[in-house]
Amino acid sequence: MKRITSLGALLLGAGLAFSPPAAAQDSGSATINTIKSRGQLVCGVSTGVAGFSLADSKGVTQGIDADTCRAVAAAILGDANKVRFVPTTTTNRFTALQSGELDLLVRSTTWTLGREGNLGLLFAGVNFYDGTGFLVKSAAGVKSVKDLDGATICVQPGTSTELAIADYFRLNKLKFTPVLIQDLAEIQNTYLAGRCDSYSTDASGLAAFRFQQGPKAGEHVLLPEIISKEPLGMMVRKGDDKFFDLVRWTLFAMIQAEESGVSSKNIDEMLKSTNPDVRRLVGTEGDLGKALGVDNRWAVNVIKGIGNYGEMWDRTVAPLGIPRGINNLWNKGGLHYPPPIR
Amino acid sequence: MSGAVVDPRLSPARAAPKKGLSLSWSDPRFRNIVWQVLILGTITAIVWYLVQNTSRNLAARRIATGFAFLGRTAGIPIGESLIDYDPAINTYGRALLIGLLNTLKVAVVGVVLATIWGTVLGVARLSKNWLISRLAAVYVEVIRDVPLLLQLLFWYLVLQGLPAPRNSFHPLPGVFLSNRGIKFPVVEWEGPFWWALGALALGILGTMAWSRTAARQQEATGVRPKVWPVALGLLVGFPLLVWGALGAPFAVEMPALRGFNFTGGATVSPEYAALTLGLVVYTASYIAEIVRSGILAVPTGQWEAGGAIGLRSSTVLRKIVLPQALRVIIPPMTSQYLNLTKNSSLAVAIGYQDVVSIASTTLNQTGQAIEGIAAIMVVYLAISLSISFLMNWYNARIALVER
Ligand SMILES: N[C@@H](CCC(=O)N[C@@H](CS)C(=O)NCC(=O)O)C(=O)O
Repeated sequence: MKRITSLGALLLGAGLAFSPPAAAQDSGSATINTIKSRGQLVCGVSTGVAGFSLADSKGVTQGIDADTCRAVAAAILGDANKVRFVPTTTTNRFTALQSGELDLLVRSTTWTLGREGNLGLLFAGVNFYDGTGFLVKSAAGVKSVKDLDGATICVQPGTSTELAIADYFRLNKLKFTPVLIQDLAEIQNTYLAGRCDSYSTDASGLAAFRFQQGPKAGEHVLLPEIISKEPLGMMVRKGDDKFFDLVRWTLFAMIQAEESGVSSKNIDEMLKSTNPDVRRLVGTEGDLGKALGVDNRWAVNVIKGIGNYGEMWDRTVAPLGIPRGINNLWNKGGLHYPPPIR
Repeated sequence: MSGAVVDPRLSPARAAPKKGLSLSWSDPRFRNIVWQVLILGTITAIVWYLVQNTSRNLAARRIATGFAFLGRTAGIPIGESLIDYDPAINTYGRALLIGLLNTLKVAVVGVVLATIWGTVLGVARLSKNWLISRLAAVYVEVIRDVPLLLQLLFWYLVLQGLPAPRNSFHPLPGVFLSNRGIKFPVVEWEGPFWWALGALALGILGTMAWSRTAARQQEATGVRPKVWPVALGLLVGFPLLVWGALGAPFAVEMPALRGFNFTGGATVSPEYAALTLGLVVYTASYIAEIVRSGILAVPTGQWEAGGAIGLRSSTVLRKIVLPQALRVIIPPMTSQYLNLTKNSSLAVAIGYQDVVSIASTTLNQTGQAIEGIAAIMVVYLAISLSISFLMNWYNARIALVER
C-alpha cells in the first residue's frame, strides 16, 4: 500500500522538524545537498506511460518525464544515470513529494493554481504542453465529443482530467457517467472491455495508449476536441528556492541548447565556440552554474547526458506519432520560450 | 457464593477506619492518583506537541489545513449515488456523504447476504450427504485461500465479459444484463405507496402482538392457535387493501436502450455488483466455518434427546440446536461483519465509489491529506462501533439466563 506509506511519511515528516543535512559541499540548497550526499536524485514518475516513463525490456525507465529527471541529476551530480525512479499513482503523487519521499515529481502533472496554492508545491516548468482528449472505439461511429451525450467515460480519479470533463459536459449541457479507477492498467482494460464508451486523459496519454495497442491501434480514434489546457511539468516542494531555480533552468538550458543549435553530437566543438550565448550556456564564460549552486559545466553535463529538448523529444515522444505542434520552439510556432541565459 | 465465610475486613466492626485521602506516598490511593495524573499529563503533552508541530510544519510548507474545504464546490464526478449530486453545485461534504452511503449500501446488503449464504454453507458442510458436504468444504477451503482483492478483480472481469448494451441478455421483460450492469424496471413511487407502507408497519406490530398472545395461550392450554393466516392478512392483505382503496396506482418505468445506454428503470452497476458479490462469496466462507463450529459446539446429546422425544431432525436443528449454537456464533460473527465492512474499502481497485475512494479523490484535489484520512477514520470508527454495539446488544439478549 504505497499510498499509506507516503501518508505515514507525510505525517512523520510534518511532525518532525527539518534536520539540516550534513553539508559536505554547501550549495545553499538543502535538497541539492541531500542529493549530493546521497549521490542520487529520487524522482517520482508515473506507473508506466509510453513516451513519458515506461520501463523498456532491460528495465530502464524511458520517456520525456524520465529524461527530465535525468537532466536534473546530470546538472547536480554530473551523471544522468544517478536517478532512482519511484512510480507514483494519480492519487499518491503529491503526498509522496510533500513528505520528502521524492526530491522531484515529473509525472505528466498539470500546473494549476489550486495545486500550487494548496499543496505546498511549486511547478518548476513545463516539459510538455498537453490537453484533455477523448478516445473512442472506431466502431462506435462517434465523430465528436458532442455525440457523447449519455456516454460512460473511463477516467482516473484525482486528476485534473476528471474536473475538466465535468466542467465541459456541464457547459455543453451533456450528461455522462464516470467510471473512476485509479490503476492505469485497470482503467485501460475496463475501457477495452467495453464498460466505457470513451477513455479520457491527456491527449499524449491517449496517443501512448493507442501506440501500445500495436496492430489494433486502428480500432480506436481520438476525437477532434481538446477540451482543456494541461501544461505538464516538474514539481518541487516550496521552501527551497535554489533547488527550484536549478530544476527550472535545467529545462530552459535544454530548450536554449536546441534554439542555439547545441546538441549532444556537437557539444565538444561548442566548448570552443566564440558565440557569447553559447559560451555562457556551456560555462566557458561567466559563473552562471556556480550561481545555481552546481558545477559551471552543469549544462554541458545535461546536454551530453540527455541532449537538447529536441533530441529528447525525438527519442521519447516522436515515436508515438505525436506531432511537435505547440511543443515546438517559440520561433517555430510553438510555446517553448526560454528566458535568456545570461 | 456461599454465605458462610466472610472477609473479616468487610464486617463493619473490624473494618479499617475510613481515612480521608492522606497526601503521603504510603497511601496507595494517593500514589494511584499521582501516577494517573502523570501518565495522562504526559500523553496530553505528547499529543499537544505533535498537533502543534504538525500544524506549524504544514504552515511552514504552505500546505492548506482545516475543514473549510468541506463547504467548497466539489467539481469531482461521481458514478453512482443514492442522493442527488451535481458536481457543479454540491460540496465536498456532500460528496463524502455519498461515499458513506455507498459504503453502507455495500455493507448492509453484504452482511445480510453473507449471513444467509454462509449459514447455508455451514449447514451443508455438516450434511450427511457426502457430495454436498464435500462441495461445501472445497468451497470454504478454496475461497479462503485466494486473496480478496484478486477475487474482486475476477468478478469485475466476469461482469465486464457481459455483452454490450445493444446485445444485452434479456431474460425477463424489462430486465437487461450487459457490461453496463443490470437494468430492471421500477414501479413509479406515488402517494398511496406511503400509506401502504404505513399499513405494513401496523401489520407488523399487529402480527407481533398476535404471536405473543398465541404463545401465552399455548402456555396456558397447550394448544397453539394458528399464527400464519392472521400474519398473512395483516402483512399482505391489509397493505394491499389500503393501496387498492386509494386507487391502486401502478405505473412501471421500463428501461429502454437509447443511444449509448439505457434510460429509465434502475441499475445495479458492475462495480457495485462485483464488490458485493466478491465480499459475500469471501465472507460467507468464514461465516460457514463459524456456523459449523457453533453447531458442533452443541453436545450430540441434545440431538439425541430431541430425537428421543420424537422430533424430526429439522425441528431439532431449528428449535434446540440453533438457539444454543447462536450463543457461540454471535461473537465471531460480529468480527466477520466488521471485516466485511472494512474490506469494502477495496472498492477503490474496481472503481466503486465508497467513502475511501471519494475521500482519497477529495484529499488529492484539495491537498488536505490529513483531514481526508481523519474523515475516513471517523467514518469507519462510527460504523464499527455501531455494528459492535448492535451485536453486543443482540448477544446479551440471547445469552443464557442463568437461574
Ligand atoms: N495531467 C493530469 C492527468 C495526469 C495523469 O494521470 N495522466 C495519466 C495518463 S497520461 C497517467 O500518467 N497515468 C499513469 C499512471 O497512472 O501511472 C493531472 O495532472 O491530473
